[in-house]
Formats: sequence, C-alpha cells, structure tokens
Amino acid sequence: MSTNAVAARPEAPPEANLKKQLKRADRLRKFKAIGLVAPLALFLIVVFVLPIGSMLWRSVDNTELESVMPRTVAGLQQWDGSGLPEEATLAAFAAELRDSRRGGGLGKVGRRLNYEDNQYRGLLMRTLRGLPASSENWTQTLVEIDPAWGETTTWREIQRASPPVTDRYVLASLDLERGANGEIQRIDAQDRIYQSVFQRTMVIAGGVTLICLALGFPLAYLLATLPPKTSNMLMILVLLPFWTSLLVRTAAWIILLQSNGLVNQSLIASGIIDTPLQLVFNRIGVFFAMVHILLPFMILPLYSVMKGISPSYQRAAVSLGAHPFAAFWQVYAPQTISGVAAGTILVFIMALGYYITPALVGGPADQMVSYYVAYYTNTTNNWGMAAALGSILLALTLLLYLVYHRLVNRKQLIRS
Amino acid sequence: MALPPYASPVEKLWFWIFRGSCGLILLFLIAPVFVIIPLSFSSGSFLTYPLPGFSLRWYEEIFSAGPWMESLKNSLIVAPLATLLAMTFGTLAAVGLNRADFPGKGLILALLISPMVVPLVIVAVGMYFFFAQVGLLNSYTGLVLAHTVLGVPFVVITVNATLQGFDFNQMRAGASLGASPIRVFFTVVLPQIVPGMVSGGLFAFATSFDEVVVALFIASPTERTLPIQMFSGIRENISPAIAAMATILILLSTLLLITMEFLRRRSERLKAAP
Repeated sequence: MSTNAVAARPEAPPEANLKKQLKRADRLRKFKAIGLVAPLALFLIVVFVLPIGSMLWRSVDNTELESVMPRTVAGLQQWDGSGLPEEATLAAFAAELRDSRRGGGLGKVGRRLNYEDNQYRGLLMRTLRGLPASSENWTQTLVEIDPAWGETTTWREIQRASPPVTDRYVLASLDLERGANGEIQRIDAQDRIYQSVFQRTMVIAGGVTLICLALGFPLAYLLATLPPKTSNMLMILVLLPFWTSLLVRTAAWIILLQSNGLVNQSLIASGIIDTPLQLVFNRIGVFFAMVHILLPFMILPLYSVMKGISPSYQRAAVSLGAHPFAAFWQVYAPQTISGVAAGTILVFIMALGYYITPALVGGPADQMVSYYVAYYTNTTNNWGMAAALGSILLALTLLLYLVYHRLVNRKQLIRS
Repeated sequence: MALPPYASPVEKLWFWIFRGSCGLILLFLIAPVFVIIPLSFSSGSFLTYPLPGFSLRWYEEIFSAGPWMESLKNSLIVAPLATLLAMTFGTLAAVGLNRADFPGKGLILALLISPMVVPLVIVAVGMYFFFAQVGLLNSYTGLVLAHTVLGVPFVVITVNATLQGFDFNQMRAGASLGASPIRVFFTVVLPQIVPGMVSGGLFAFATSFDEVVVALFIASPTERTLPIQMFSGIRENISPAIAAMATILILLSTLLLITMEFLRRRSERLKAAP
C-alpha cells in the first residue's frame, strides 16, 4: 500500500512525502479506531441515552393541555387573569372538549388538571354530558351547566396548567410548590412526603455504607496480611456470595430472619429472648440484606489497596517505640484512605438506587426513591412525578460518580 | 501477620478478638448461601429448620413443565444473546479505544460505561417509554437489547484492561508478513484478549441472568425471565421450590467463580513469565 503511494509521486522530495504519508496513516488509523467504537456508541445513544433523556424531559414536560386543546390554551395566553376569558376562548374550549372524547384526550386533560385540583376530572365529565351541540353564548351555557365555569380561579388554574413546560413536578418532588402569585413556597406540613423519602434513602444508603466499612475494613486487612494461600481460600468466601444471584441472597435472608427462622430459633434456644423478634419486612431486614449484597464491593477495593501497602512501615513505627495501635492508626490507616474512599462511594452510589431488596425484605416505611419512581410509572401513570424524582436520583448518583472517578484516577496516577 | 512469639497477653487477646470477628464476618457472608441449599431437599412445604424429611419433590416441581421451566427457557434465550451482542460490540469498541487517540475519547469511555452507574429503575422507566414508542415492549428483542446495554460496560472494562499491555506493533508485524487486517485480528489480537472477553462476557451473562428491574418493566408474562419468576415467587408464595432454583443458581455461580479464578490465575502466570 505504502510503496504504491511513493511510486505515484516520484517528483516530491522524500522527507515531505514521508511526513505526508505518516500523517495520512495516522488519520486513517484514527478513523478506523472511531469506526470500531462508533457502533457501540451509537447503539447506546439510541437505546440508552436518548430514552433516559426523553424520560427525564417528562419532568418538565407540560404539553397535555396544549396537545388536546390548542385553541383554548392560545386563548388563555391572551387572557389577563381577571374576570372571565373571552367568549371566543370559551367557545373554543367547548368545541375542543367535545372533540377530546375521541383518542383519549379527555383522560389526559382530566388527569393533568386533577394535579391542580381534584375536582377537574369530574367537572369535565359533567360538563361534557350537559354540553349542547351549539350555543349563542358559550359563557352563559357553561356557567349554567356548572357554576364553577363562572369563577375566575377555575380559569386561572387551567391557565396555570397550560404552558408547555413546568417546574411543578421538580418542585413537588422537593415538597415545594408555586403559590398564588408564582412564588416558590413549601407545601403544607402534612403533605410533605418526599423530604422524608429522600431522607430515608440517604439514611439507609449511608447506614449500609458505614456498616459495610466497619465489617469490610478488618476483613480486607486480614485478607491482605495473611499468606497468599490462606487468603486465596478465604477470598472464595467473599467471592461466592458476590457471584450469587441477588434474589437468592434476598430469599436466604427472609428464610434466616423470619419469625421461625434460624436466627430467631437460635436466639430462643440460647435463652436470650422468649418470643421471636420481628427481623424481616422492616428496616432491620433491609440493613441485613443490603449489607450482605454490597459488602464485597467494599472489601474488593479495600483489599486491592491494602495489598499494595508494605508491612515494614508499621514494623518500623513499632520498632521506633510506637504502640501497635498508634502504629496502625497513624501509619497504616492513612495509607488505606484511597481504598476507603473508593469503596465507600461505590457502595453508597449502588445503595442509593436500590429497589428490589427493600421491596422484598422491607416494610412500607423502608421504600427508597427508586420505589416511588416505579410506583408513579406503573401504578398512577404520573410520569411527571416519576421523571422528576428520577432526575434528582440520577443527578445525585452522577455527582457522586464524578467524585469516585476523580479519586480512582488519582490513585492510579500516584501508582504509576 | 502471625502473632510474634514475644507478644504480650493484651496483644494476644486483641489478635484473637480480631481473628474471631473476621471469622464472624465471613460467616455472615457465606451462611445465607449455604442455609438455603438443604431446604431445597425438604419434604415439607415450609422453609424452616428442622427439615421434616428428605425429598426431591421441589426439584420435580421446578423441572416439570410450568412457570419455572418457561422462565428458565426465556432466560436461556435472552442471556446468551445479550452476552454475545455485548461481547461483540464491547470488544470492538475497546479495541478502537486503544488503537488511536481521538478527540472526545474520555467522554466516549464515560458513555460506554454509564449503564453501570445509572440507577436501574431509571434505565427501566426510560426503556419502557422508548420501547413502547418503537413497538419493542413485551418482546424478546427488546429484552435482549436492554440486557446488552446493561452488560456492555463489563466487556468494555475487562477487554480495555487486557489491552493495556497489548503491543499494537504486533498488528503491524502481522500485516508486514502479508496477513489481511481481519486475519491479523483473529490470529494475533483475539487470542490475547480472549480472557478479557470471556470474563466480561461472564459478567454480562450473570447480569442478564439476575436482572429483575428492567425486565419487570419491559417484559410481559410471555417473556417472563427466571429472575422475575424468582421475584414474584419470593413476594407472593415463598416455597422450597425457590430454594431448589436457588441451589441451581448457586451451582451456576460456583461455576462462574471457578472460571473467573482460572482466567485470573492464567493471566497472572502470563504476566509473571518474561
């Protein structure tokens, strides 16, 4: 290939030609490399990034009314919010309401308006039933069907639900709302639920992470300091659960912790308790199962860091007169910090998104953010809320991942 | 770190407390895996000890035609296909990433491993809406594509790691000896990265074989995979049939573990050799 290129232009000076050839070969290689990466990158963009992006867009998407009642929405945009909208707008509303019966538009609008106030679905249905084929004065007709159409607040609420983008879902998932004049305020204390959901998610993820660290650190230390033959054997005890199906382990914990399970049986047999403890389908069960599933993800990074720490530092400290504990805390422990950081963030990130395990071994008060995302998608079809809660969860996860990435990369830099 | 002969009593005490607690932590890790196995041979229908007697009736139940076999069959269709796709796409991409420098490489690598980071429920909801739009909801194709996405980061990472020590001049050497690029890839590159591909593939397979959340959203009862069957079994009616299937899955994970260990030792041996 290259000899041909040289033969084609014998008149060019050889060095310049070489440079050109090198450049061309480099460019060709670059294109080939991009060509190899492109199929997967495109596949992921189409099947992964865009679907998630468009799902997250639903957290601000507010086009329900606009898509079913475009003329009403346009009319309400002109309205100044005092008195009633113009007759033309109300006529358009009546016509579009009648048309909305076909193609599921009515359900869409009813569901959206019900987020503003629970009365709307019923009001729309009643109005549709009483709606005459034609009218001289739609304002009067509508008010006759239901006096609610004669109130300014009704139309202002519809106006508020009209713009194509909204921040209501994002605000609602932070227990905030827009007041009458558009200012952001906290919702009534008895309705605040997401604050406690996020708090609970943080508490569970944080608690699981701390327990994993407390259990993982000594075990990783033991594995890193034992002779390789023994530590390889013991490592199997860490890796076998790691490779075992999450569902198998969750089922095993239900079996172990149930009221007549092995744990309760042995506690009763040893005389510590008389009646079985409730250990599963509550927070205790969630902690047991989640710590068990995530512990290997703490042990493995800790182990790999500890493996690289020479034991002579600690010995040197002791020989210089340090107490063995001081030598451990002041000399050994600081060297493990990158492993601690990596394991902690990894476990925390994974714990944040947990759904299956709390759903199986937790009670209603132990469900985390993921559960509510699934709930709003499947059960109530409130996609705006599902997307808003999902966006916050994703933002939190990606932020932590960025920190993790920085830490792990720095560690590799130091090593090299 | 054995105890030195001159250790003081306090040191000895600490040593044994430390060893003892490590033993308990290991017990905590391994006990659940082993506790479930004997229950699968129970002749009763409750998952409690002591066992009323020995029987194979629960294995009969899961191996006779019914929801367990159906879901196992579905998983055995979806997981290998997803693994194969993930291995193909992932290996090509990892080779490409190591072949040359190009702008935006870091960003692309981040994109390729992002399915590992994003919470599963978000992946599930996103794909649910997307597949509904393109008509892939409740289809094997949709499930295979979704599991490919979830498995691909493992392949990219492991093959990428194998390629770190790979000398691409070998490809030039192959080409200079007259081999076509495809022949060079199959005879020079592939044999050296196969361990990475296999371990990535095993991760991808295990992921698909254990994935509940996405499958719950995008699969109908017809494509119900084994994890979904396990999930609903645990939630609705936890019986020794679950223990029987769990035992089989534990056997499978033992096999996976042995294969991974074998691959790891092999690569260590190769690294140690000059």
